Amino acid sequence: MHSPAGWDAAERAARESYGRLVAWLAFRWRDLAGAEDALSEAFLAALTRWPRDGVPEVPDARLLAAARNNLRQRARRVRVEQSPAVQALLQDEAEVPAAAEIPDHRLNLMLVCAHSALPQRVHAPLMLQAVLGLDAKDIAGAFLASPSAMAQRLVRAKAKLRDAAVRYEVPEARERPARMSAVLDAIYGAYGIGTNVAVNGLDGGAGGTWFELTREALFLGALVAHLLPDNAEASGLLALMRHCEARRPAQFDAGGRFVPLVQQDTTLWDRALMAAAEAALLQAAGLRQPGHFQLEAAIQSAHSQRAFTGHTPWPAIAALYAALVEHFPSTGALIGCAVARAEAGDNAGGLRMLGALASDEVAGYQPYWIALAYLSGRNGQGDASRRALERALGLTADERIRRYLQTVAATGRWIW
Amino acid sequence: MQYMLIYRETQQAFDVRNDPANAPAYWGAWKAYIGALSGAGVMVSGNGLQPPETATTVRVRQDKREVQDGPFPDTREHLGGYVVIEVPSLDDALTWAARSPNVTTGSTEVRPVLPPLPGPQD
Repeated sequence: MHSPAGWDAAERAARESYGRLVAWLAFRWRDLAGAEDALSEAFLAALTRWPRDGVPEVPDARLLAAARNNLRQRARRVRVEQSPAVQALLQDEAEVPAAAEIPDHRLNLMLVCAHSALPQRVHAPLMLQAVLGLDAKDIAGAFLASPSAMAQRLVRAKAKLRDAAVRYEVPEARERPARMSAVLDAIYGAYGIGTNVAVNGLDGGAGGTWFELTREALFLGALVAHLLPDNAEASGLLALMRHCEARRPAQFDAGGRFVPLVQQDTTLWDRALMAAAEAALLQAAGLRQPGHFQLEAAIQSAHSQRAFTGHTPWPAIAALYAALVEHFPSTGALIGCAVARAEAGDNAGGLRMLGALASDEVAGYQPYWIALAYLSGRNGQGDASRRALERALGLTADERIRRYLQTVAATGRWIW
Repeated sequence: MQYMLIYRETQQAFDVRNDPANAPAYWGAWKAYIGALSGAGVMVSGNGLQPPETATTVRVRQDKREVQDGPFPDTREHLGGYVVIEVPSLDDALTWAARSPNVTTGSTEVRPVLPPLPGPQD
């Protein structure tokens, strides 16, 4: 039922319906946990049944009807006290909305999940659970948290949303940009985790769910861009993730060894995804609202030119990074900028940028040590390069990258 | 918070230590990892251990002393070493655990260290 290629269409349909219904009920009841509880049994049944028997014609209505049936049966069996939310679902019968009429509140639900009243580290996990129905155990594995701690964090976050009476309304126009940027950050954070660590192919727990974090982040990114066509950064983020995703088939060779970007076989890059990335970037550019996701997407777009021209336009990339660092400085951007500058011919300038970073900020940050090893090696500082490379090696969690760095250390060469 | 990271390795991993072709990569990965722990300033203490066949295990049952060669009990993974680190949270400890070279074949257990037991005068 679950293939490494990702979710099949039926599972996708079940999650799509689930997300829409959770969002709809959460907004009606102002209670996310209550909405999830009401739908959970029906959703699990759909995950098993739909891939086997086919997706029903009106999936949302079917799932909602099944949820109601479950609740009614349970109410008959055990006369437990029902939460007001569950009562509401049972009494709501008169207004069963036709599938197409259920308003899509998923974007608003994502805004609630990324609420500033919640700790930032719970934003993405909460979104993955609320909108896609992923279970806490799978999410914990992806985010490298203990399963019990992750479950507790999610429960606490939902209770806080309910008790703090976080407004389940659509945010006002003036607070929307800040709230949206928290949503986009969480999605990109999830995507980054999916690409950095060997979490892909995570085998789920009892529920038997299987997911690739990168795919889910891409799905959420596409959803946000689709629901908010006038938000340039949403399209910028989508373009950025699609460009990165297009190159993933070339990132590791047949033997499972990491292949650096400049050495990747461009014929393995996914042309359809690259075109989709460019389309999203073009749409963003048309809106004339610059932002860091668009700049980062433009950098990746420049890298992708090698597929057509045979060479990487380093001066253009260095200029884009310079703009990124000027307007949206971050440790990651500074490191990327330093490397691009070196590749564009100013190795000493790149090294100076790395040297200016605060040492406590980079002590545990592997990309810094890789960049330092690379640039100091090009500068003829063999010892400094070897020391930095060893540090990078010790900070690496991905076995495929560890083997690559070991080869670099043994041969003194970064590409071959 | 202090956590102990307990590194468990498979017999194959212990065998690699003496395999001339693969031993350098094995020791290199551990040296780099321990170096990164020190470099990040989180290392409190720690040791690598000789392989399980060098172990001797002592038990006393019903006033009878039992001494056996090798570790107890028989498991697929054996203790290969440990460190104690000082980090702000379990999340940070797990990040370091995920980087340990043994996790792809063995496992790393993370345990909070007990605070010192109260002394007689407390």
